Amino acid sequence: MTPELNSRPHLALGCRLNEKGQQSRVLHMPERALRLNGPSLEIVERCDGKRTVREIISELQEIYSKAEPKKVEGDILGYLALLNDQRALDFTSDQADRSANAK
Amino acid sequence: MSPAAPTPLALIAELTHRCPLHCVYCSNPLELKQRADELSTEIWSRVFREAAEAGVLQVDFTGGEPLARPDVVELVRAAREAGLYVSLITSGLPLDEARLDALVQAGLDHIQLSFQGATEESANEISGTKAHAHKLRVLDWLRGHRVALTLNFVIHRANIDRLEEMLALGESSCAGRIEFANVQYYGWAFANRENLLPTREQLDRSVDLLKRAQERLRGRIQVEFVVPDYYAKYPKACMGGWGQKLMLVTPNGDALPCHAAQIIPGLHFDNLKDRSLREIWEKSEAFEKFRGEEWMPEPCKSCDRRTRDFGGCRCQAFLLAGDAMATDPVCSLAPLRFKVDAILATVNEPAAAPVVKPNWLYRPNPA
Repeated sequence: MTPELNSRPHLALGCRLNEKGQQSRVLHMPERALRLNGPSLEIVERCDGKRTVREIISELQEIYSKAEPKKVEGDILGYLALLNDQRALDFTSDQADRSANAK
Repeated sequence: MSPAAPTPLALIAELTHRCPLHCVYCSNPLELKQRADELSTEIWSRVFREAAEAGVLQVDFTGGEPLARPDVVELVRAAREAGLYVSLITSGLPLDEARLDALVQAGLDHIQLSFQGATEESANEISGTKAHAHKLRVLDWLRGHRVALTLNFVIHRANIDRLEEMLALGESSCAGRIEFANVQYYGWAFANRENLLPTREQLDRSVDLLKRAQERLRGRIQVEFVVPDYYAKYPKACMGGWGQKLMLVTPNGDALPCHAAQIIPGLHFDNLKDRSLREIWEKSEAFEKFRGEEWMPEPCKSCDRRTRDFGGCRCQAFLLAGDAMATDPVCSLAPLRFKVDAILATVNEPAAAPVVKPNWLYRPNPA
């Protein structure tokens, strides 16, 4: 799947970032964990159910301003789709949906 | 000289060997630990803190049935406070809605609920208990709680042709993952192997079906499956390598590199009542024994796959070859592969096809 630019990604049930201050940042998922650093951490930290995919892309394009913006966009969309495949991420399409899908 | 110990990633906490089920493929040892020897709440809490300090990210509460411990809610809280991700691997039997609520409040991240089949009759035969109806009630309660759910089906010859029913049950639940785990042959499963191993034809059909289900459910439910390694070309990377990623702690506090390690003769296991987790992980004889590549025989020693599957499973080598140092006989390159082929030949003879009424050896409850 390709994530909708207006949808708002949030971590799926049972997935959470470990606390800040620990040696490395980790995305906990049922039966596995992903170590995050650099761009992957910047992306996952923004999957808060408030920002849209479009907003996440533009924030990352600002942080990685030396990279080709189209490439940043493609990488982010690919990474979000991958996390969705692994059941780490869900997308809600607007405010009203969010509470219904939160479970 | 053995290589330096890597960082442990996961702790498997066998809180108790008590269990309301009597499954014929239970991975617990034939000699079950007694209730009187179980670790206290305080010691488990210390173990969780020491695990997190050593780098462990997650703990799986298992058993036996972990809910047989009256202090399981406290243990969930202690593990979360230590900074761990907490999974509960359960039959769901000693659960009511209030207790489920207390577990989630205490910070439980994930429940893996086991099913012995999709229907009452088939499931109850395997578990030796009337358990199925209650599990369906637990599925209903889970809809109202914020905790991730995996359904786990243990697969064997008698139920491998009924995966569609199991998929349907999984899809109608709120599970984010469904696991189809073929029985692995240790403990009670080894004793019941002749009645549990599927035929090659059954296995091929099931793999096809599950691959299609994976595609169909992509992005909605994650479908995972584990094949019986007797049919594999190369051995499984057991526990991600001996002493590389996981520590299992038995109900009385023995620290093991894997579930079955205590069957290996002559190996001494340190106990967490006496030594710290880090000390045992880094220095104990049992964890050092097969860590790295020093111990490997040929053909493993010079094999390109040695960093991927680590010579396979030491316990399986002992069970099938009578020697824990041998190349895992399920490997097609192992000198003793013929032993596994001989077992498969009996299973795949036309006359051996589904046994109507097996003489199951049911797992009892410990004292």
